[in-house]
Amino acid sequence: MTPNPTIFTPLLIISLGIFAWGCWRRLSLVALGQAENRFDNIGARIGEMLKYAFGQKRVLAKPFGLNHFVIFWSFIILLVSNTEFLLHGVFPSISLAHLPDGIYFPLLLVIDIVSLLALVAVVIAMVRRIIAPPYPEARTIEAFFILALIATLMMANFGINGARISHMPVIYLAVAHTYMPVSSFVAGLIAPSAGALVFGVSWWAHAAALLLFMCYLPHSKHMHILTAIPNCFFRRLEKPNTQPREEFVSGNTFGVAQADRFTWKDLLDSMACTECGRCQKVCPANITGKPLNPRAVVHDIKVNLLENGALLKQGATPVTPLIGDGGEGSVAEEVIWGCTTCGACMEACPVFIEQMPKIVKMRRHLVENEARFPEELLNLFENMEGRSNPWGIAPSERTKWCAQMEVKPFDKNTTEYLLYVGCAGSFDSRSKHVSVALAQLLDKAGVSWGILGKDEKCCGDSLRRLGNEYVFDRMAKENVRIFTERGVKKVITQCPHCFSTLKNDYKQYGLELEVIHHSEFLRNLVQDGRLKLEGTSAELGATVFHDSCYLGRHNDVYDAPREVIELATGTAPAEMERNRNNAFCCGAGGGRMWMEEHTGERINLTRVREALEEKPDTICVSCPYCLTMFEDGLKDVKADSVKVRDVAEVLAEAALR
Amino acid sequence: MLVVACIKQVPDTTQVQIDPVTNTLVREGIPFIVNPYDTHALEEALRLKDRFGCKVAVLSMGPPNAEATLRKALALGVDMAILLSDRVFGGADTLATSNVLSAAIRKLNSEVDEVGLVLCGKQTIDGDTAQVGPGIATRLAYQQLTLVDRIDNLDVGGKRIRVSRKLEGRHEIVEAPLPAMLTVVRELNRPRYPRVPMRLAAADAQVEVWNNQVLKLDEQSIGLKGSPTWVSKIFSPERVKGEILGDGYADPEGTAALLIDKLLAKDMLPL
Repeated sequence: MTPNPTIFTPLLIISLGIFAWGCWRRLSLVALGQAENRFDNIGARIGEMLKYAFGQKRVLAKPFGLNHFVIFWSFIILLVSNTEFLLHGVFPSISLAHLPDGIYFPLLLVIDIVSLLALVAVVIAMVRRIIAPPYPEARTIEAFFILALIATLMMANFGINGARISHMPVIYLAVAHTYMPVSSFVAGLIAPSAGALVFGVSWWAHAAALLLFMCYLPHSKHMHILTAIPNCFFRRLEKPNTQPREEFVSGNTFGVAQADRFTWKDLLDSMACTECGRCQKVCPANITGKPLNPRAVVHDIKVNLLENGALLKQGATPVTPLIGDGGEGSVAEEVIWGCTTCGACMEACPVFIEQMPKIVKMRRHLVENEARFPEELLNLFENMEGRSNPWGIAPSERTKWCAQMEVKPFDKNTTEYLLYVGCAGSFDSRSKHVSVALAQLLDKAGVSWGILGKDEKCCGDSLRRLGNEYVFDRMAKENVRIFTERGVKKVITQCPHCFSTLKNDYKQYGLELEVIHHSEFLRNLVQDGRLKLEGTSAELGATVFHDSCYLGRHNDVYDAPREVIELATGTAPAEMERNRNNAFCCGAGGGRMWMEEHTGERINLTRVREALEEKPDTICVSCPYCLTMFEDGLKDVKADSVKVRDVAEVLAEAALR
Repeated sequence: MLVVACIKQVPDTTQVQIDPVTNTLVREGIPFIVNPYDTHALEEALRLKDRFGCKVAVLSMGPPNAEATLRKALALGVDMAILLSDRVFGGADTLATSNVLSAAIRKLNSEVDEVGLVLCGKQTIDGDTAQVGPGIATRLAYQQLTLVDRIDNLDVGGKRIRVSRKLEGRHEIVEAPLPAMLTVVRELNRPRYPRVPMRLAAADAQVEVWNNQVLKLDEQSIGLKGSPTWVSKIFSPERVKGEILGDGYADPEGTAALLIDKLLAKDMLPL
């Protein structure tokens, strides 16, 4: 049972071969993906990698993150001793003991302590997985197997070192006790006669665990050990709040219906997923019982890629389609349509996997190549294309909201700001009140503003998120032309969807606008003293604020709407349990506004109940979609004594008395 | 068998206004759409193509810019699109229009393939006459099946068709030999949405234009000269503004009750 290079060396070579083959098999599949430049800004990328991969910043955001942090760093540190172990197994003369004592002894101490920490962390992880797993399906044999392997490695390490210490000449024991306290403790448990046996068994157990780990790693979710760090390096440096453009030329393919049509980074994402389940725990669709599970989408893309990899490499048709219902494809269509593009999954993912763009790419395939989508969307698509608004209302009615007041058309020579009213603000009977309140506030503050009036077009947000990139592309080009021709430079929007689309999506069309959401603009007006308050909106009672996904998570505007409410009412709004970057979607983003919710509980009801927990008199919002979803939801839970107000209306109560 | 769908480019009537001075439609800046009923005729033709492999030709009579309408049809998958456009076709009433369309269908029948079915929308939303389809059937001596909301059976070999006609308060199942002209209602189907590759192909595709040198019709039977009817005046009827009942914001329940009372009093609520 002693270490034996003639047995160990071939085993190591075989294991390394299996490891290399597994890595090559998977990473060569990643290379099948489409080109995408993630090599810009190397300096910033290294910084992000250090912060999020090595610093584990997002991992640490949740309680058990610390546990992972310990295992991660133990793994890194123990690479030293494990490398020594492997080399020593082949060339017995190689040993860390040849290092100077000043390095060797502290190293021994670190390895000893770290091994204990890792063992404790692994045991905690096992207990957690048994008692309260992150999600029920997380109790996999694979997970327990890998934890058991790590535990075996640590215990075997103590066995090896303990046996060594138990045989040491007495003069070395003091040093051993100082620098290997845990191993020394283990040594005390070993009977002198059993020392050689313990050493041999431990050594081979360590060797077996290490080699098995090596063989198994690239074939399991533990591949993330190799891929998560580069995945943080290759993350999208700006917020993933847009989708890439498509080029509409005959012969091009649109969207993704085959794994190799994703970009290499999409495919790397699928290999980097640890299945931690943090995305699914924040996904509004998943929480309310819909089949969409962002973790499963990423996983299913990987499974599909592995199944079809050999065929895809030959350019042949894959056996398992990527998209298909009833188990015929890896991802069901209802899954693809369930997404509200709220971005919570991407905000939660510790390794920056981008779930939302993948879903939109699959939607693009369904809409653009197959013309297959939930039937409610047919009207939406036609209304958008024909009349540039979701309801198909005549564009001539775009100015009806301001029929009772004087509003000037935007003129680049005399007007500073364009108020981009948006479709909801122009046509939706409830949101029109918000438009009027905002317009009156702007007038009172003496802001130079104007509108495009009947020439205003829809920004196309819903179309883009729904995968109708073809029509979005035309609408974006049209809007860019109008804005450029009219000389628009500064835009105020009251809808976070217009805000994000004008600000982020239109950049892809070369249009750089200064876009400001009305909550920020109004806050500035009050803080700069340009808008005088006449009193407070105290009659709104207790307020609670709901973050819009496209204002908050997608654009990092969290404080402005809260500050507007505080300025107007004198009190900061209450916070719901899930707020700011962890806020829960109202259910209307990603084009879900225009679709029925057939499965599970309605997302807006879940959110309304969460808001009612704070016992508000008024729920404050900053988005017309949220406004509709909350008003509808309150009616459904028979709580319509609670008011819903946009922040502009809240401020108007205080400023326009 | 060739299936012919007749479609018309119409102004988006929700956006049309009438010029109070000239009593004509103000067409400037008004977007054009495919007559909504015609989209159902086109869809049914495409479904017959999917099911039976028929060829589909689409015809439209109109000004040169009606080509856009035909490109939409090409994007949906029709095999050929023909624009019937000539100054001498202009100013046509329903009779003159059906003369031109019938001539084109005859030409298709003799030069492309035997026409089995002609599909039209039940009416256009700008003229609202519902006469052109029946006019075509009469000129061509085809069977005439109007207001079709379902095709129950099409026997291509036996040249027979059985359809359901949607009439006031009832349905009628009718069978007729081919060739036949059908006018269709919205309930017939849900028009498909164009796929992007088809849209791109349609943008480059050929729209054939047939003028009267191709059709060689007697000028007395087409255009203004061939039209026994003409529009003397278009006007919006005066509408008396109704009264506003109650206050729906302050008292929704009371206002609803008020509305119900009013409707009951006018016998407009069947109980």
